[in-house]
Amino acid sequence: MTAKVRVATTSLAGCFGCHMSFLDIDERILPLLDKVTFDRSPLTDLKHAGPCDVGLVEGGVCNEDNLHVLREFRKQCKVLVAVGACAINGGLPAQRNQFDVGDLLRHVYFEEPGLTRRVVPDDPELPALFDKVRPIHELVKVDYFLPGCPPPADAFWAFLSDLLEGRDPRLPPGAIRYD
Amino acid sequence: MRADSPGVRSTSDILDAHRGDPTRLVQILRDAQRECGNWLPARVITEIAAGLGLPRARVEGVAGFYAFLHLSPVGRFRVLVSDNITDQFAGSREVAGALCRRLGVKRGRVRSDGRVSVDFTSCTGLCDQAPAILVNGQAVPRVTGMRLDAVVRCIEANLPLEEWPQDLLRVDDGVRQAGPVLSATLAPGEALKKMLHEPAERVLAVLEGSKLRGRGGAGFSVATKWNTCRLAPNDCVVVCNADEGEPGTFKDRLLLMRHADHVFEGMTIAARFTGATAGFVYLRGEYEFLAPHLREVLHQRRAAKLLGTSIAGERGFDFDIDVHLGAGAYVCGEETALLESLEGKRGVPRHKPPFPVTHGYLGRPTVVNNVETFADAAWLFANGLDAWGALGTPQSSGTKLLSVAGDVERPGIYEVPWGTTLREVLTLAGAERTKAVQVGGPSAELVPPSMFDRRLAFEDLPCAGAIAVFNDSRDLLDVVVNYAHFFAHESCGFCTPCRVGTHVATRSLDKLRRGQGSQSELNELNTLTRLLRDTSHCGLGATAPNGWRHYLDRFQDDLQRRLSVEFQPAFDVEKALAAARVARGDEP
Amino acid sequence: MTRPTFTLDGVAISFDEGQTIIEAARKAGVFIPFLCAHPEFPAHGSCRVCTVLVNGRAMASCTTKAADGQVVESNTAALTRDRQALVQMLFVEGNHFCPGCEKSGACTLQSLGKDLAVTSAGFAHESPTRPVDASHPDILLDFNRCILCELCVRASSDVDKKDVFALSGRGLDKHLIVNAESGRLADTGMATTDKAMSVCPVGVILWKRRGFADPIGKRPHDVESPRQRVEGKGKTS
Ligand SMILES: Cc1cc2nc3c(=O)[nH]c(=O)nc-3n(C[C@H](O)[C@H](O)[C@H](O)COP(=O)(O)O)c2cc1C
Ligand code: SF4
Ligand code: SF4
Ligand code: SF4
Repeated sequence: MTAKVRVATTSLAGCFGCHMSFLDIDERILPLLDKVTFDRSPLTDLKHAGPCDVGLVEGGVCNEDNLHVLREFRKQCKVLVAVGACAINGGLPAQRNQFDVGDLLRHVYFEEPGLTRRVVPDDPELPALFDKVRPIHELVKVDYFLPGCPPPADAFWAFLSDLLEGRDPRLPPGAIRYD
Repeated sequence: MRADSPGVRSTSDILDAHRGDPTRLVQILRDAQRECGNWLPARVITEIAAGLGLPRARVEGVAGFYAFLHLSPVGRFRVLVSDNITDQFAGSREVAGALCRRLGVKRGRVRSDGRVSVDFTSCTGLCDQAPAILVNGQAVPRVTGMRLDAVVRCIEANLPLEEWPQDLLRVDDGVRQAGPVLSATLAPGEALKKMLHEPAERVLAVLEGSKLRGRGGAGFSVATKWNTCRLAPNDCVVVCNADEGEPGTFKDRLLLMRHADHVFEGMTIAARFTGATAGFVYLRGEYEFLAPHLREVLHQRRAAKLLGTSIAGERGFDFDIDVHLGAGAYVCGEETALLESLEGKRGVPRHKPPFPVTHGYLGRPTVVNNVETFADAAWLFANGLDAWGALGTPQSSGTKLLSVAGDVERPGIYEVPWGTTLREVLTLAGAERTKAVQVGGPSAELVPPSMFDRRLAFEDLPCAGAIAVFNDSRDLLDVVVNYAHFFAHESCGFCTPCRVGTHVATRSLDKLRRGQGSQSELNELNTLTRLLRDTSHCGLGATAPNGWRHYLDRFQDDLQRRLSVEFQPAFDVEKALAAARVARGDEP
Repeated sequence: MTRPTFTLDGVAISFDEGQTIIEAARKAGVFIPFLCAHPEFPAHGSCRVCTVLVNGRAMASCTTKAADGQVVESNTAALTRDRQALVQMLFVEGNHFCPGCEKSGACTLQSLGKDLAVTSAGFAHESPTRPVDASHPDILLDFNRCILCELCVRASSDVDKKDVFALSGRGLDKHLIVNAESGRLADTGMATTDKAMSVCPVGVILWKRRGFADPIGKRPHDVESPRQRVEGKGKTS
């Protein structure tokens, strides 16, 4: 038996919608599991990815922590895939890009009603925000992109099937979506 | 500003002075801006639009196109520092820094009292007298040391430009080697009178026999251009392209300063041959300081019956020349963009065909030629075919004016016969330890030492005029990056590949220069090279990649030392975190 | 007399004198990608996605007249890569978030991107700041999605005779402006009945209160994409 392909997934500034869509491949996950083992992913709850063949990244880069995770992922994964609108162009979180992040923080923590301590939280546990939410290809080299919000389950299926068969992944026409 | 300075012209005065002619919109906007303290308030745009019967948005769109027209306030002294690479190597960045510091203003901002603003601009055509600045359109060369002190003093003293020391504003000729064209002193009308009574076929035979080709870049046959125009129905127009926007080129400056008569004579000969009645000199905004002189020469020629009606006593030979100023747009050197600008529009290149020779200014057949082409034509008719034929190579006849600048002992203008090798030019100018020469400007060729024996000629190494020399102390990536930013700044924005592609290229090249460029950036640049070359609407986009392309192809060793093995982020990660850290109080 | 013909990817296409390559191809049911072209307006030639090889030379097929015997190539790997890059450039130049866009499913840019199998923006995003203009009671202008095709400019000028729109700036700073000293659409003569209301190929000029009317799967381009429209292969035809 050939060694199984190790796949890891993660979500940065995303909503886990892409992960949910992945699971929509439904019963096809069973034959997939014959060929694939999951490293870090919501299925395994591992905190750090080990060396992997394929890394699927959902979500854009909105803060320091996202960048840290993304870089680690890039190091561990032979093939890195940007999954979904947010990873590919920032998506919904990037709607904040037209505002100054300092103004946003001050607005939220100073002006919104119901806050007694008018300070921007400065806990080392809280990662600092980037000025803009960025797609992941602006921070690391990305090998493939699976567009869609979320990408349809068929896109995941077609993409992974191609990859596992050693073909250059090509999405069937209907599987390329931007929304 | 208008309220408290009595006597200034109102918008309607300005419109009247231009006969309410919408084709004069760029001139009108320039004049209005001068009256309004160097910028165009929204109300003035509305007034101009109403006065000309144009949609307001269209007038605003025209104003918004040109770098020297401003829709928001700039300083009453608007200082622009020439940012061409040779200016940069001569210290333009330091000059800008010193001016900002001493005048107490941030670059790109207006000082709180409204007095002054300082910013960069593309090449001002004074590379032989670098570093140069423009103050309200007036050229000030060699702004270092005491001359810089003087500029600061004049501004702080609120001295009107007319009262600045003349010495500060003096632009030198810069002639280092005069050949037949530059040494000629033709009496006004001398060349014209030699062809005045010749039948068109004989004139055409001279033009064809001379093999004279355009000096502005493309090297198109003058005979063919003029004759096509002559044969086209309708009233022709003759346009002199004095936009001289290609960074590092300043030879037209000299011709207009010292040989304007020759240039006008060439235009008048073209008019005689084609039957044109109207002529224009499209003078780049940076050369505003030459306009009074040109108008004076035109005035003298009118008085001498060399312009106007019945020129040289010939009934029916009516022709006159008007000087139009550009307003800071390199693309307006492209002949169809120039015509758009001349018609009072945004300088966006037209679709070709039809070509200007059949459909040019206001749809009329139009000859557009470079300044030097007209001066050469005048020389040709004054001295005859035989004298001309003795100069140059079989395919490139005559001489060429070169603007030599950068790392040379003797920067300035050299007239050489076509066929001269680049090495000979470098020797003449006193270049040593030369690492590379940009021949013909950013849109043309970056030439390594192994190619210095190439001949300047249309058939080998064509050159519209610029020779920018870089010695081994220079970083060629500084050069290539500067050129890329130039094209991004000057793209008219009409077509996608150039509007976005020139900008994307600056990002990749900036990364390369910082040592953060990897194979990804090289791939991106190669994609852009092909895309821009093949899909751009005009020559600006199509030639924009030449600088980096030649660098990547011809300076492999240099490039390899600069490449990063690892992919680097597209932006500065630390900077991108700064705003949030400040808000949190982590950073001041 | 036989009509003049050229070949497009090897297929003979006959045309009428004066037709451009893209027009002749469209009439013959052959799709050449486009964005700024519109059958009711003269060619603009700015998006450059309709670039083809004419006798080996790259030319915009919307501004190049068809000529007898021309050899035209459109469906080549290199041209597809060029077109992909152009679409990617338009994406990064503005702010396009299809999942939240009223035009999604009826947008020529989006459909072309999918047609060309563009899966990412490729280049780094500009993320420009372009405030929307919501001043008009019935019309919203979301400049974030403007591809500067000038169709609205041309429609408002040539058809509506109103000149509501114009372009200002240059280079990457080129942008759409409206015909009012205030800079607000409400202060122009724009009306929902204007031709300019219906020509925008992307989601800039929008009806207020009318977004997201069609469910996914039933939107105009779900039913018939621009390619299917030309090829006559839409689900409706
Ligand atoms: C972006 C661009 C800028 C140009 N700038 C100039 C210029 O400043 N001066 C000039 O004479 N020609 C310039 N040209 C070339 C003109 O389009 C035109 O070919 C030339 O004026 C014709 O004159 P000639 O035949 O005498 O050379 C430029 C072309 C392009 C594409
Ligand atoms: S290539 Fe296109 S965008 Fe660039 S200057 Fe020419 S027309 Fe304008
Ligand atoms: S305009 Fe088109 S491409 Fe842009 S966000 Fe809307 S649907 Fe997407
Ligand atoms: S608003 Fe729409 S129609 Fe107008 S220029 Fe922009 S993309 Fe084109």
